[in-house]
Order: sequence, then structure tokens, then C-alpha cells
Amino acid sequence: MARLRHDRADMSAPMVSGKHSLTFVVPALVLIGVFLVFPALWTVYLGLTDYRLTGLAAADPRVVGAANYAEALGDERFRTSLWLTVQFVLGSAVLGQAVLGFAIAWALRDRRGPLKSVTEGLVLLAWILPSSVVAFLWIALLDRDGGTLNAILHTPGFAWLLDHPMASIIVFNVWRGTAFSMMLYGAALENVPPSHLETARLAGASTLQQLRDVVLPHIKGHVLTNLLLITLWTFNDFTAFQLTAGGPDGRSEILPVYIYNVAMSGGRLGFGAAVSFLVLVVNLVLAFAYLRLLRSRGEVRPS
Amino acid sequence: MIALRGLTKEFPGGVRAVDSLDLEIGDGEFFALLGPSGCGKTTLLRTIAGLETPTSGRIEIGGVDVTGTPPGRRDVAMVFQDYALFPHMDVTANIAYPLRIRKVPRAEREAKAAETASRLSLSELLDRRPGQLSGGQQQRVALARAVACRPKAFLFDEPLSNLDARLRLEARTFLKRLQRELAVTTVFVTHDQSEALALADRIAVMSAGRITQLGTPSEVFRRPATTFVASFIGSTPMNLLPGVAGDGALRVAGAEFPLPDGTPEGEVLYGLRPEYADLTTREPGEKGAFSGKVAVVENLGTAHLVTLECADHLLQVVVPEGAEPPPGTAAWVVPRPGRALLYRDDTLVGGA
Repeated sequence: MARLRHDRADMSAPMVSGKHSLTFVVPALVLIGVFLVFPALWTVYLGLTDYRLTGLAAADPRVVGAANYAEALGDERFRTSLWLTVQFVLGSAVLGQAVLGFAIAWALRDRRGPLKSVTEGLVLLAWILPSSVVAFLWIALLDRDGGTLNAILHTPGFAWLLDHPMASIIVFNVWRGTAFSMMLYGAALENVPPSHLETARLAGASTLQQLRDVVLPHIKGHVLTNLLLITLWTFNDFTAFQLTAGGPDGRSEILPVYIYNVAMSGGRLGFGAAVSFLVLVVNLVLAFAYLRLLRSRGEVRPS
Repeated sequence: MIALRGLTKEFPGGVRAVDSLDLEIGDGEFFALLGPSGCGKTTLLRTIAGLETPTSGRIEIGGVDVTGTPPGRRDVAMVFQDYALFPHMDVTANIAYPLRIRKVPRAEREAKAAETASRLSLSELLDRRPGQLSGGQQQRVALARAVACRPKAFLFDEPLSNLDARLRLEARTFLKRLQRELAVTTVFVTHDQSEALALADRIAVMSAGRITQLGTPSEVFRRPATTFVASFIGSTPMNLLPGVAGDGALRVAGAEFPLPDGTPEGEVLYGLRPEYADLTTREPGEKGAFSGKVAVVENLGTAHLVTLECADHLLQVVVPEGAEPPPGTAAWVVPRPGRALLYRDDTLVGGA
């Protein structure tokens, strides 16, 4: 990696001088500045004020320093929301999407024909449908009175979204997001040399031993990349809002929903910005941890 | 002993990679499956290993029917063309892997790995990863992994073809000695006829899922049963010239030979290895020589391959170094007695 980057730098150096290369990247830099860097900095600034959507503080926001951060960290609702987010990420992304996606990819790895294409097609469909359409489908599925699930299970009147809001949005997000992991692992499994698996089979290794000794060491990098991406996506996923809106009574209020509720519904833009910044910090820590793991792999010694 | 009875492997789509094949491989025998790519030799090996399920027929290893037995319980070890060493394990762990799966205690399996490694001169490399080894070393580690678990049979799938030419000869000698010492039944798949001739006790030449000829290397080399085997075996291809047998004589490319007893009359293919003929630049007194003009001379190192144009046909002869004529000279080729072969309908019908 490092060498590759080095080579590329060497190659471009004699072709384009410093001034010229700047001309090429300026348009991109301007776009990034306007749409990415400025809003981010603006959020940081807002997080230090008591800026509101309406009222006196909307016209004349005051800088309140770290008060918003102190309030968020001391807020029971924030901490509950963080804990629910952890459940949401672990349950729907790490356990749900990654494990289920790998299982489907593993089961389909040697198959050809209609079973494979139909399964992959259905899983992909869940991924490419617009989120509002999907949310509507799930509301129709889980509805208390006319819901499809209650009709199938013969449990009329069971309120899934009210009685099990977290379980509902976790299953929903697994269903919705598994396709990415399935595709990534499907591609990764093609990199596992068949002769390695066959050597393990000839030694008498069970499927679990084959996964442990041959498959996982080969796809470790893919696993970490996959976990990094789906963790961050799920951490910031807002689609669940369309199912439960964080309710009932905040029992499915994961962080993105919490921020929306306090900043938009509650009108406290400054406080919302502060919480957003905290989420950003958590994301950075997660990303950094995964990247460290990615970089240090290869030095792991087996048994 | 490995015995195959009526073994057939048909792939979806109707391709018969192995076609009702009967074969017995003796205890401790070094057996080569030889053929061009796509002839079914690798499929046959994989079916013996249990990696492919036969469509019909039976496989016995050591007198036990293993047709339905999973590969891990057949007690065979396979070495793949790419060696299939696990990149995240060091040499010790790789060699000991089959023992680890069999739950051999750690100390015991590491001792066993070290012992096997020293036998294959790998003792210095026990802590290395496969990525830190040369091709030849990797190949020996793969062999060591197969040896360490003391299987009933070794199955080799072109284990030498990823080595460079010089190393391949060394590895070949090494492999043959190792197999002699261990005396384990070995099935060896190769597309390289010189490898098969050099290593094997017996060779099965395969084509289109069937065994075309089965015999010792010298049988297969001296008396190829079909023109396919004749053209496949030998480092310089056999001359195959059309001829006519009749009136007690055999006429080939302008030359005339006495017809051996019992040869049916009619059109034949006359087969002569370039090594089994002598070239002279002086007209030989007796009949029974090809006469022609030297067209090409190729240097083989210790000998030269001379191509002659005789009566619209090309004839190749190997001549010792120093005896090669310059291109354009007239020359005669005298076949050594009893070395030429006659084929009719692609099948051997006699010698000449």
C-alpha cells in the first residue's frame, strides 16, 4: 500500500508541476469545502451556542461554551439512546448483517442456477428499494390490525412496533442491509483458493474447522472492512425513524433519531449540533480502531 | 492398493471426464496418470481423493470400499499444484495441520513435524511462513505435510509443474527417492511425458476419460499402442509416415523395407522415433534407407535434431554432436532393426 502510493507520487511528479496540479484539484476542493468542511465546522460552532429553531435564541444565539456537551453527557435520555444505538449496531449490523450475509454467501458459493440468482435477487431488492418504500412495506407487515405478519402467525392485535420496538427495527435493518455483506463476502470467498479448502477437507477438517483455519484467515481483511462500513452506516442510520420515530416512549430512540427529535422537533439546534459532534467522535474512534486492526493483521500468529 | 471398478464421472452438461475405467494400482507402486489437459486425469485423481463424487463405479483403497467415504476418512494425502500451504501458519504448523485435525497432542505433532522436516531438509525453516520460502522449499513443505500423517496413499496433482526447469529435475529425483524410501502407494498426475517416464513404475496414458495404454515406462516408450500415445510420448515427436504394405514389401516415403511376417497388407502408418535411426551422408549399399535432403538442423546440446525432406515427407533424426550435416546436403536415414512400428486405424499392428 505504502509503496504503491509512493510510486504514484514519483510518477506524477515529473509530469505535472505543483502549480498545475493545484488547478486540477481546486474545483473538487471548493465543492468539498462548501458541502463538507463548512457544514462540519458550522456544526462545531453551533454546538457551542444555544441556537434554536424559533424564538429569541433563533434571532440572537449566544455562545454557551461546553454547556451543551455537559448537558448531553449528563442526560439520561442521551445515555439511553447511546446504549440503544450500541444494541442496534451490534444486533443488526455485526451479528445480523455480517453473520447472515456471510452465511448466505457461504451457502451459495458453489451453487449455480436459479436458486442462487433468486436468493441474491431478493436480498439485493431489499437493499436497492428506497427507504421510505421499504418502511411503508414494513409498517404494513407489522401493523397491529391488518398486518401481514399477524395474519401469518395468527396473532391478531399483536403490536410489534409498540411491544418490541428495538427488536423490530433490528430485524428490519438486518433485512434491509444484508445484501451488502452478502455481496462483499461472496466476492471474498472467491479469493479463497479451492486447493486450500480441499487440503483441509482431506485432512478431515469439519466445516467449522475449515472456516477457522482456511476461510477466515484469507478473508480477514474483508471482514474488517465490512464491519467498519456497516458499523458506521448503521450507527448513522436514520431509516428506523420511519418505522417507530424513536417511540414508544423513547424505547427505540437510537442516536440519529434522538438528534432529530431534540434538534428539529424540540427546536434545540445548538444542543443537537453538540450531540452530532459527539456521534462524529464516536464514529472516528470506531473507524480508527478498525483501521488499526486492519493494519496489524498478518502479524497475528495462529495456535 | 487402489482399485477402481467401472469408475465413471460425468459432469453436469454431459461431459464424461472419466469413462467406465478399471484400474488396479499395487501396494507401494509409483503410478503416473499421463495425458494432455482435459483428458480427465486430474478428475480421476480427485475422485480417488473423494473431492469429486463418481457418477457410477467403485473405488477401493487398501481393500476397503471408500466410494461413499468423505475425503477426510480415506487416509490419503494430496499435494496440489499450488502446494496449498496455509499462508498464516508457519512451516511447523503447516506440516502438523493434518495431525492437529486428528487431535494429536501438540508436543507429539510438533515432534513429528520436526522429524519429517529434517527428512526433507527443512529443519532450518520451521519458523518461517510460506511467503518467506522459495518455490522448491514450498513444494517440500507440501510434501512434508503429506508425509507426516503417514497416509495409505499419496495423490500428487502436478506437484512439479510450478518449479522452474532446473529445480524440477532436482525435485524429481528427490521425489522418486522419497517414494522409494517410504514405499507408499503413489498416484501422480502429469501432462509432462518425461516426468512420467522418469518417475513412474507404471504409466496410464489417458485420453478422453479412458486409458489408452497402461504399462511400464519402457513399454509405453518402445511400443506405444496407438498413434496418439506414439506422438505424445518422447521428447522429440515420433515420425509417423504413411506407407503401403504389399507384395512382401513395405513402401514408405520412397524407401522400401522387407515386410515382417504376419503384417496384413494395405495402407499403414510407419512410426519411427528420431532416436532410433542413423543418418549417413554416403549412400548405403543395402536397400531399406530413406534418402532425402537436409532441411533444418536444430541443436539439442549433446545431439542435433536433423529434419530431412524425403519424397514430400519430413523425417526427423537425432544425430550425435559433431556428426550433423549442413542444410542442403543429401543424406540417408537407416532405421535400426526392429525399432520401427506399424499402425493401422490408429492401432499398433506390428514392428518392422
